[in-house]
Amino acid sequence: MSSDLAEAPSFPERRTCPYHPPESYKEISSRGPLNQVTLWNGRRVWLVTGYAEGRKLLSDPRLSADRQQEQYPTMAPHLQAQAARKLVLVGEDPPLHDKHRRLLNPEFSLKRARAMQEGIQALVDELIDNILAIGPGADLVTEYALPIPSRVMSQLVGVPYEDHDFFQSATAGVMQARDAAQSQQAGTELARYLAKLVDLNLERPGDGVIGRLVEHVHNGEVTRDELAQLAMVLMIAGLETTSSMIPLGVITLLDHPDQLEALTSGAVPVPTAVEELLRFLAVTDFAAVRWVTDDIEIAGHTIRAKDGIVVSSTMVNRDPDVHQDPHTFDIARGNRQHLTFGYGIHQCLGQNLARLQLQIAYETLFRRIPGLRLGISGDEIRMRTTGTMQGVERLPVVW
Amino acid sequence: MTLHVSAARERCIGAGLCVLTAPEVFEHDDEEGLVSVLDPHPPAEDHDDVRLAGELCPANALQLTWTT
Repeated sequence: MSSDLAEAPSFPERRTCPYHPPESYKEISSRGPLNQVTLWNGRRVWLVTGYAEGRKLLSDPRLSADRQQEQYPTMAPHLQAQAARKLVLVGEDPPLHDKHRRLLNPEFSLKRARAMQEGIQALVDELIDNILAIGPGADLVTEYALPIPSRVMSQLVGVPYEDHDFFQSATAGVMQARDAAQSQQAGTELARYLAKLVDLNLERPGDGVIGRLVEHVHNGEVTRDELAQLAMVLMIAGLETTSSMIPLGVITLLDHPDQLEALTSGAVPVPTAVEELLRFLAVTDFAAVRWVTDDIEIAGHTIRAKDGIVVSSTMVNRDPDVHQDPHTFDIARGNRQHLTFGYGIHQCLGQNLARLQLQIAYETLFRRIPGLRLGISGDEIRMRTTGTMQGVERLPVVW
Repeated sequence: MTLHVSAARERCIGAGLCVLTAPEVFEHDDEEGLVSVLDPHPPAEDHDDVRLAGELCPANALQLTWTT
């Protein structure tokens, strides 16, 4: 390792274990809550691994999420694509961010999510029916983890059911592309499709978020393009996250039989277990990527204006000052002090719906297929090598 | 000790952690999906939940004041 890399190690590194961070992350964290790391393009940014520091920074108005600025750290080559840089809501600062968030908040309240419980349960049961009819033997990624959020989000946003395959591949195309050109192409297709869908809803409002928000286009509050972009962000943010999380959680539970038993026996309530899965798995290595507009003093460091900041959810969630034995998976922990959904004004809009889908997905799977086990050995599990989410390519299971 | 709870709706981002953590005290309204306080003076047994809700709120929208 060169002295530069010793001082600022490269980030991110791929996980080799589906649920534990790479050793290099633990080494970086052991040096303190804030450290310099080197991105793929040679840029140095601050990596935040302390929970308190992460929260403090993410609620600081001097942090910008504006991805269109060159100061914004690009975490992977494909994210240079304009389709990945021009994201409304997640890539906006106030006041525009707040305007868009306020339009969507009522659609994602806890009450709204709970009202969807029955529908999600029915859809998950249907998927299990199909798996049982075809098996024993299934790939949980294609037959379970992908269709759950894909159908839930399609229905919520108002995307016709017959188009959800297109959506699944187009959103994966934007976020998991090998390069910027591929990502841009997928983004363009998605944007064109959504613009058409908004037009249809402008004429005849459908039963979904798009249909409910067209009145704001009619009264001039937002443009047709803005609404199409909002729908795109919802689909991108809602699919890859939950669909990556479901298989990772299944692997983790199968690898910890005592914990799985505590879940299936009812000794630990499902929501409590899901909270620990969220903490432990984090799904992405970076819950927040920002740049600073002004110098900030924190934890004995000075972050200079235009510096980039990456908050590592993986390591912040394992801060020993917050969690005892942070690297131990304990579903009874039930602690919401994790930054898997981020923190500050950009904290995940869909977190209530995500929690609900995960609760139903795990509970139903292990209840209805009690003898479920991996169809391959643990060391044959392949982590996905594209995208910014931790995930597996396939998850063969048998029973 | 009396606890007085109020919420700054102009700061609220509707994340829902308060409703999840202290459901006796906080609720989301139907119109805007933002916090409303059900019980501004919650009983002592709810104080821990309310304190945690205040800590978890990503937008610093909850104000907790204790008076004797």
